[in-house]
Order: sequence, then structure tokens, then C-alpha cells
Amino acid sequence: MPTVEDIKQRIETGIPGARADVEDWTGGGDHFRATVVSGAFAGKSRIEQHRMVYAIFGEEIGGPIHALSLTTRAEEA
Amino acid sequence: MSENPLRDAIAEAIHDNETILFMKGTPEAPACGFSARVAAALQSLEVPFAAVDILPDPRIRQELSELSNWPTIPQLFVKGELIGGSDIIMEMYESGELAQTLGVEQPSGAPEAAPAGADPAPAPLGIENRLS
Repeated sequence: MPTVEDIKQRIETGIPGARADVEDWTGGGDHFRATVVSGAFAGKSRIEQHRMVYAIFGEEIGGPIHALSLTTRAEEA
Repeated sequence: MSENPLRDAIAEAIHDNETILFMKGTPEAPACGFSARVAAALQSLEVPFAAVDILPDPRIRQELSELSNWPTIPQLFVKGELIGGSDIIMEMYESGELAQTLGVEQPSGAPEAAPAGADPAPAPLGIENRLS
């Protein structure tokens, strides 16, 4: 089962310059919520930004990771 | 067209319905908190929308996700275009952008008065209401 720390590290490794805050939404280890900030999101739509994060996890989304709720931003608001 | 009748049927449904939501369960009986919230948001905007329950056949979700390049459910399409999954839709709902996209008036009253759908978690609605 992935941990909050695993997910954070994979996002930060998978997206250049990303900073991720991840929490276990339900405490059950399969519903996570992440806020991801990265310059790599600049100029991309929200859909594209979320796809970039989902792409890191591939088939795990909907599998071991039942839900990964995302908020993405190009820079700090 | 491909030799994939199910995918063709999904593509056709997206094309033929101006607003279409693929969800778990139905708007009346949603089977997942994320689907429930998006369906409730659409209902509160009083827009007509088509809803497809993806649960009866796992291939629907598989084909849909391959078609849309989006891994999760729900998925909302407007005028043939993927608008978002539940995070994006709820963010857009709270900012008024969803009403704008759908060409309707945002109902008066605070956003938090809206979707009372089953929340998947104890977290309150609107916690991620950040405008970027």
C-alpha cells in the first residue's frame, strides 16, 4: 500500500521542480489528496496538469490508489 | 471508425449530448462520493445533462478512459470536450466558472450551500477552493 511519503516523492520526482503536499484523505491508505505546485505546469490547462500527475501512477489510479484528489498550480498563488 | 463498437458508442454519446456526465451510479442514486458531488453541482445549476452509469460493465470505464486519456470517474464533457473530473469540476463550480462554461446563471447563495452529495471523507466541501 502506498504511503503519503511515497506519493509525495513520486510526484516530486516525476514532475520537474514540483512540490507536493500529500495527505491521506480517509486514513485508509487508498484515498489521497495532493496539492502540487510546479513551474512545469505553466501554460498548461488544469486537465493537462492533472494528467501529468495521474501519468506518474498509471494503472495504480483506480487500483491500489482508489482516489487521488488533486489541486495543481503553476506557482504559489 | 474503429472496430470497437463500445468505444464508438461512447464517442457518439459524447458527441450527441451537449452535457454528459460519466459517473458511478446515477444522479438519483450515486455510488461514489465524487460522482455524487459533481452530479449535485450540475443539478444545482439546473442544467439538463445526460448521465451514464459506468458500473454495469467494467469495459465502459476502460474504453472511456482510453478515449479521454483520463483515469478516474466521474468525467464531465461539454460540447464534446472533457471539462474535468471531480476536482476540476468542483473547483469550477465554486468559482462560478462551471456555470459560465455551461451558459447558466450561478444560483445565488454561498457555494457551500450546494452539493450535499455523500462526501467520501469527513473533509468539508470547498476546502480546496483556491482560485489560480
